Amino acid sequence: MHALYDRLKALFPLGELTEQRANLAFATLPVEYLRPALLHLRDQEGYTHLVLLTAVDWLEDGQENCQFQLTYLLNNRAENLDIGLRVMLPREGTTMASIHDLWPTAATYQRELREMFGIDFPDSPGVYEEFILEGWNDIPPYRRDFDTLKYANDSYAQRAGRETRDPETHMKEQLYPGKS
Amino acid sequence: MKPELLKRMVKGPDGVEFEVEPMRDYYCDAPPTVQHGAYIKIVEDFFNWARAESLWILGFGTGCGAIEMRPLMTPRFDAYRYGIQWRPTPRQANLLVISGYLSTKTLKRAIRAYEQMQSPKYVVGLGSCTINGGMYWDSYNTIKCLDQYMPVDLYITGCMPRPEALLAGFEDLKKLIRAGKAEGANQYAERFDWYKANQKQVIHDWDMPDYNW
Ligand code: SF4
Repeated sequence: MHALYDRLKALFPLGELTEQRANLAFATLPVEYLRPALLHLRDQEGYTHLVLLTAVDWLEDGQENCQFQLTYLLNNRAENLDIGLRVMLPREGTTMASIHDLWPTAATYQRELREMFGIDFPDSPGVYEEFILEGWNDIPPYRRDFDTLKYANDSYAQRAGRETRDPETHMKEQLYPGKS
Repeated sequence: MKPELLKRMVKGPDGVEFEVEPMRDYYCDAPPTVQHGAYIKIVEDFFNWARAESLWILGFGTGCGAIEMRPLMTPRFDAYRYGIQWRPTPRQANLLVISGYLSTKTLKRAIRAYEQMQSPKYVVGLGSCTINGGMYWDSYNTIKCLDQYMPVDLYITGCMPRPEALLAGFEDLKKLIRAGKAEGANQYAERFDWYKANQKQVIHDWDMPDYNW
C-alpha cells in the first residue's frame, strides 16, 4: 500500500494515508483531483472494481466546516488490495460530479446519496427518481440534523405502555438481583 | 402520480385505439360492506368451523419474520398437517400474515394485498414490530402499531417468534374463528373511513384507489 501511496502522492496532493488493514487504506484528496485519481487507479494500477460509494455526515465538526465526506472504495482483484479515496464537501447545496461513466454502478449509489443525504449529482442518470423512499416529505433522513426519533413520534401512532430499559442495568438486575 | 396510472390512449394489438383510466377501470370503487352472519346460529357455527379448517396464507413476507415461514411451509415444521397452506396470490388466500416491521412503502403493498383478498379474511401480526414497533420503534419509515392500519385478529409475540409459536398461534386463530370472534374484515368495513384516514396519514404518495379489489 505504501508503494502505491508514494506513486499516487507524486501525481496528486493526497492527504495522510490511513491504514485500516495491510490491504485496506484510505486517503483524502481535494475534490478537483478525484476524477483523475480514480481514472489513474482504474487504468494504470488495476483498481478496476468500485466496491462502494458512500457518505458520512460530519455534523459535529462545528458549524463552519460542517462537511460531508464521500468515500470511493476501489478494489484491485488481482492483488487483493482495497483503497478508499475520500473527498470533503460542504454540507449545504452540495453538488458533486458524477462518475457513472467510469463505473455504471455508481449511478445507483449516487441516486441513493441524493435521496438519503441530499447530495446532488446533476448528470447522473435517473438521479432524481425515487430510490428507496416513497413520497418523502422531510429533509433527507440520513442527514445527521434530521431528528429520527421526533419524526417517528410525530408520524406514527404508537401503543401505550411500551417500556424501554437500559440493557446493562436490566440484565444485572436479572442475573444478580440486589447487587447492582 | 406515476405515468402508468394516468388516463391515456392505448393502442391494442388489433390496432384499435382506446382510452384507459387505470384508477377507475381496473378497480371496483364500492367500499367494502359488512357481511352478516347466517340466519341461525347453528348454520353460522357450521360456517365458522369450515372457515377455521380452511386457512390459506398469502405468501407475502415483510421484515425478519418472513424467514420463519420457510421452515414452516416445508417438512421441518410442516404447517400443512394442520390444514394451513400458502397461496401465491391474494385472490386465493384468506389469511395475511404480517411477518414483522412494515415500512410505509410495504404497508401500501400490504393494504393492496389485504383488500384484494376475499372475505372472510384474517390478519395475523407477527412479532414485536407489528405490536409496538419492536426495535424499529424510532425508525423514520416503519409503522409502530399495525392495528391502526388494518384489522388484526391475532398477534403472536416474540422477536422473532419461532415456527412453533406460529403453529400455536394458528391454532388459537382457529379457536377464535370457531367462536365467531375473528371479525376483522367486518371491522374494516365498519370503520373503513378511520382506517383510510390512518393509512393516508403515513402513506404520502397515495396513488391507488381507496379500495383495491
Ligand atoms: S419483531 Fe424482531 S424479528 Fe420481527 S421484524 Fe421486528 S425486529 Fe425483526
